[in-house]
Amino acid sequence: MFTLAQFDVVWLSRLQFALTIMFHYLFPPLTIGMGVVLVYLEGRYLRTRDPVYHAAAKFWTQIFALNFAIGVATGIVMEFEFGTNWAVYSRFVGDVFGSALAAEGIFAFFLESGFLAVLVFGWDRVGPRMHFFAALMVALGSVFSSVWIVVANSWQQTPAGHHVVEMMRDGKAWIVGGMPVMRAEVVDFWAVVFNPSTLNRLTHVLIGCFIMGAFFVMSISAWYILRGRHTEFARRSFNGALLFGTIFSLAAPISGHFNADMVAEQQPAKLAAFEGHFKTGPGDLHLFGIPDEASQDVHAGVAIPGGLSFLVHGDFHSPIDGLDRFKPDDRPPVGVSFLSYHLMVALGTGFVGLTLLATFLRWRGTLFDHRWLMWVFVFAVLGAVAANELGWVAAEVGRQPWIVHPPVPRDASGQLLLDAEGHVAYDPMQGLRTRDAVSRSIKGEEVLASIVMFGLIYGLLGAVWLYVLNHKIQHGPPPELEPHVTESLLDAAAALASHGASLTEAHDADAEGR
Amino acid sequence: MDLNVIWFILLGVLLSGYAILDGFDLGVGMLHPLARTDAERRVFINSIGPIWDGNEVWLVTFGGALFAAFPEAYATIFSGYYLAFMLLLAALIFRAVSLEFRSKVHSPAWRGLWDWAFCGSSLLATLLFGVAVGNVMLGLPLDERGVYTGGFVDLLGAYPLLVGLLAVSMFAMHGSIYLCLKTEGELQKKMREWMWHTWGVFLVLYMLTTMYTLARLPGAIDHFDAYPWAALIVIANVVAVANIPRALYHDRYGQAFVSSCITIAALVCLFALALFPNLVRSYPEPGNSLTIYNAASSHKTLSIMLIIAGIGLPFVATYTFVIYWTFRGKVRVDEHSY
Repeated sequence: MFTLAQFDVVWLSRLQFALTIMFHYLFPPLTIGMGVVLVYLEGRYLRTRDPVYHAAAKFWTQIFALNFAIGVATGIVMEFEFGTNWAVYSRFVGDVFGSALAAEGIFAFFLESGFLAVLVFGWDRVGPRMHFFAALMVALGSVFSSVWIVVANSWQQTPAGHHVVEMMRDGKAWIVGGMPVMRAEVVDFWAVVFNPSTLNRLTHVLIGCFIMGAFFVMSISAWYILRGRHTEFARRSFNGALLFGTIFSLAAPISGHFNADMVAEQQPAKLAAFEGHFKTGPGDLHLFGIPDEASQDVHAGVAIPGGLSFLVHGDFHSPIDGLDRFKPDDRPPVGVSFLSYHLMVALGTGFVGLTLLATFLRWRGTLFDHRWLMWVFVFAVLGAVAANELGWVAAEVGRQPWIVHPPVPRDASGQLLLDAEGHVAYDPMQGLRTRDAVSRSIKGEEVLASIVMFGLIYGLLGAVWLYVLNHKIQHGPPPELEPHVTESLLDAAAALASHGASLTEAHDADAEGR
Repeated sequence: MDLNVIWFILLGVLLSGYAILDGFDLGVGMLHPLARTDAERRVFINSIGPIWDGNEVWLVTFGGALFAAFPEAYATIFSGYYLAFMLLLAALIFRAVSLEFRSKVHSPAWRGLWDWAFCGSSLLATLLFGVAVGNVMLGLPLDERGVYTGGFVDLLGAYPLLVGLLAVSMFAMHGSIYLCLKTEGELQKKMREWMWHTWGVFLVLYMLTTMYTLARLPGAIDHFDAYPWAALIVIANVVAVANIPRALYHDRYGQAFVSSCITIAALVCLFALALFPNLVRSYPEPGNSLTIYNAASSHKTLSIMLIIAGIGLPFVATYTFVIYWTFRGKVRVDEHSY
């Protein structure tokens, strides 16, 4: 039973941040993923002038705009929360982290929001070329936005290009309560941007976004196919999204592997928590299990012995640093990290199987005959959403107890530097603990009130979003997408072929003439 | 001029840009109930449909730039105004989604609900901006570390509320002029009438606020001795305010809109000048004030940011122009509109 006394400001602020960012993070991956779909459709229209592409672009643009609006509205919350709830953090990192946020505003948000206007409202005001350009700019803007936000977050994970120094006031060190005030200051901007984890993490984040966009399009298309509505449009959308989704589903584990290698090097405690690796030694690769922090063991584990060692070091016997290398106070929570990480990996593996199966059936020409598979795709988007969210949870919870992770001290040969008790000797001055980062001027009740408020608003938003989305889907794409009854199917197929459509699409058009 | 002053000015530019651009769409939101029929309301909403989102980015970028250039001030203000900011966030969320959701379902009850959400959130957001400015003018109780030591209710003094009302009347006036530019016929006539009303209310509040400021915060005009050119801002402000009724009388709405933009920019300048070189004035302990020097990022960061702004701003100006040009002229409600 929780009492109000247990609701301390740190705990509540973490809850508030988790709630607001997890809700927000439903939308950016959708817009990033769908942005590419829009560019593709508009590009095809520009080349073929086939009205079907035009109508399809219109339909997906409407849904894109809906997702975008909620993404923007909930994104402003994130930017404000750094200051409202994490003022000490903001003071500590502002010199480094703030520039990335400001760069996101100036390079990404203006681009995105400006051209979104042309994309959504400009159909009759600008030519198709300009409209295509607007789609391209919106897609580019949403990717730029992810770049800067991943840069900022990665710097918190693996800080580089800065030094932690005493703050000066009137030429002297600023002393408050007998202690000098410290903060991180930029030394090398490009080292901040390309810190050791940026590229790996950005790749993985974008792959996750593309998978989510593809599964979102496939979900709605599969539903139309099952209902026998707008089938021509749905098949084309599905086929395009399937190709896209298969490529990125295959890319995800590869990128995931490089990420895990990087985490082993840069944040060994996080990897140990991901894998429930309590004792230093050869690491097993758990496929399943229930980690128990009390007994320092994984229950009901199904594991490949030495698998973790193999993935990280290339042989089955190399030791992997376990959680015992870290002071109890420096260990991330194992349960949440393990669970979110493993669920993400399991879902990712599921996407590989699912997309490969669908691609195989499409090659056989029977993909749309398997109703059960279409039903799977209707709901698979929830898995994609979950995988994106879980990846975020794993990355952020695995970083605890640090909000800014101190660099991992290693000797010249790459071994961890340990103190007399055999624990990793972090320099606490180089990092910032989450519990020290919270605002001093706020009270638990205020944060609790804001959580209740966000809970209500986001609950309402989520419900209305689903309602409007459902309304849009039920309403369906504009009428140009319906097959023209007067036009013979042979003509349609010929028109498609002459417009440079791919063989598979001509094949699909034939298949429809059954 | 050092980097700290440059960044103070750039933040002023971002704040003016925000107040001018989002000012008129917040104004449209507040005037929204004046449109009676669904067709009229669609004209209102579509007058800002393609641009309100881009206008709001000025606020986001202002927040990001304040964080990067003056992190101490960002942390102090945002954590100090905690509940006020939470209310502002609620307002901004409702505003954004009410525009998007309203058009999606054809039902009078549904539309009525989002119409009121749109109006109420625009009003609340504007009021909160004004109250925030009023409090910064008065100064906040800060401790040695720059942490706000007051509570939420302390922010609701008479002066901040007066500035809040000033902001409401100013944006309503700005919004009505904008609507005059974008509408035709009967609706335009109605808006023309409302321009007179809002201008009158603004004028009264403007004079009241000026007198109150001079009486209560005489320090606000200290800089006029050191920088005599500052008087030009006051002159520009008065001329712009006076020009609005003249332009209205001659049906020159474009001129009235430019005057209203100048009024807003001038008031932001006067606010910045009263504050300079402080960002957050500490009261009653002036020694704890956060200035553009002791609250700033390192020299290195300020110069990196200047490069970023130098690369980014020309692009921003270009596409802002392209978007406004694309959607110039009277509102046309078509199948792609809200």
